[in-house]
Amino acid sequence: MARSDVQLMLDVKAGDEQSFTLLLHRYRTPLVNFLYRMVRNREQAEDLAQEVFLRVYRAREDYVPSAKFTTWLFRIATNLALNSVRDNRYQRMEISLDAPVTVVADDGEEKKLDVAEKHPNIEQHLVEETRRKMIRHAIEKLPEKQRAAVLLHKYQELDYGEISKILQCSESALKSLLFRAYETLRVELAPLVAQQGK
Amino acid sequence: MSCSRMENKILGYVDGRLKEAERLEVEKHLAACPACRMRVNEFRAVSGLLDELPVIEPSPAFDLRVHARVAAEPPKQSWWAWLTPSPRVAFAASMLLLASIWIGTRSPVNAPQVAQDDIPVLENYDVLSNFDVLTELPQPVQVDDGGQQQN
Repeated sequence: MARSDVQLMLDVKAGDEQSFTLLLHRYRTPLVNFLYRMVRNREQAEDLAQEVFLRVYRAREDYVPSAKFTTWLFRIATNLALNSVRDNRYQRMEISLDAPVTVVADDGEEKKLDVAEKHPNIEQHLVEETRRKMIRHAIEKLPEKQRAAVLLHKYQELDYGEISKILQCSESALKSLLFRAYETLRVELAPLVAQQGK
Repeated sequence: MSCSRMENKILGYVDGRLKEAERLEVEKHLAACPACRMRVNEFRAVSGLLDELPVIEPSPAFDLRVHARVAAEPPKQSWWAWLTPSPRVAFAASMLLLASIWIGTRSPVNAPQVAQDDIPVLENYDVLSNFDVLTELPQPVQVDDGGQQQN
């Protein structure tokens, strides 16, 4: 039977390095995805995810299982992501408008858009990519806290209690935050929403 | 239930996270409110669109990098470690202590000997009391502070 997150963390505290590796394997993909969707840069997302695991490791001796492990883990990740987004805001404004048009592949790598690229169904591929790009941009345009709330709610499937602890707000405030975020997404993605409804 | 109260329930309803009583309350409202019904459908569509984003995998070197950073961490010392000095520090401290004891107990062989008889001036205080130079010092100046001081 698989050990719980809390048990693994208590084992790490007791000096079991193997338990740390198990936690790493369990949460590296959700963390990298969460951070990638927050900061929109794969390399930076991986750096931040490594920093999250490092902080978990550093805090092992003081770890007390007072909350769910995921609450603690994603609280560290969210704080790092929010700080990173705020630090990058002015940097991003300096990106040249002449920068080549890029698409983000399924593996998260940014590639220059090459229409002549060999693809079994280039038209279908472009349609799908355009949809994904719209969705990504809609998420990216959300205010940071709303974005974090949507990502934790939708992709990590954390409950309202956990998310409100991570974002340090009341459950009622969180529900309001999520409602506003979905309202914005509904408007931003109106053409796709209309297609979905058919 | 009013439309404004639906704001806090609608997403929970879409995700199936409401309790049974809340769900029934929402469905009762939806049956009578086309606007909220439409919003539920649109939120469902948004939720479906968010599912379209692919999951990315961490790069193959991710684990290695984490382990390398963990390995580079200095070992955490407990407060007890402050009381247990390293062998080199302990050796240096004991050498310093021994040197101090040796210097403290050593008889001052080479120090110049000063005999009591060599300082007769200090024993003859009359020399100081009859020293004329002291009587020739200028008198201190009297400060008039507005009559508070009587001469």
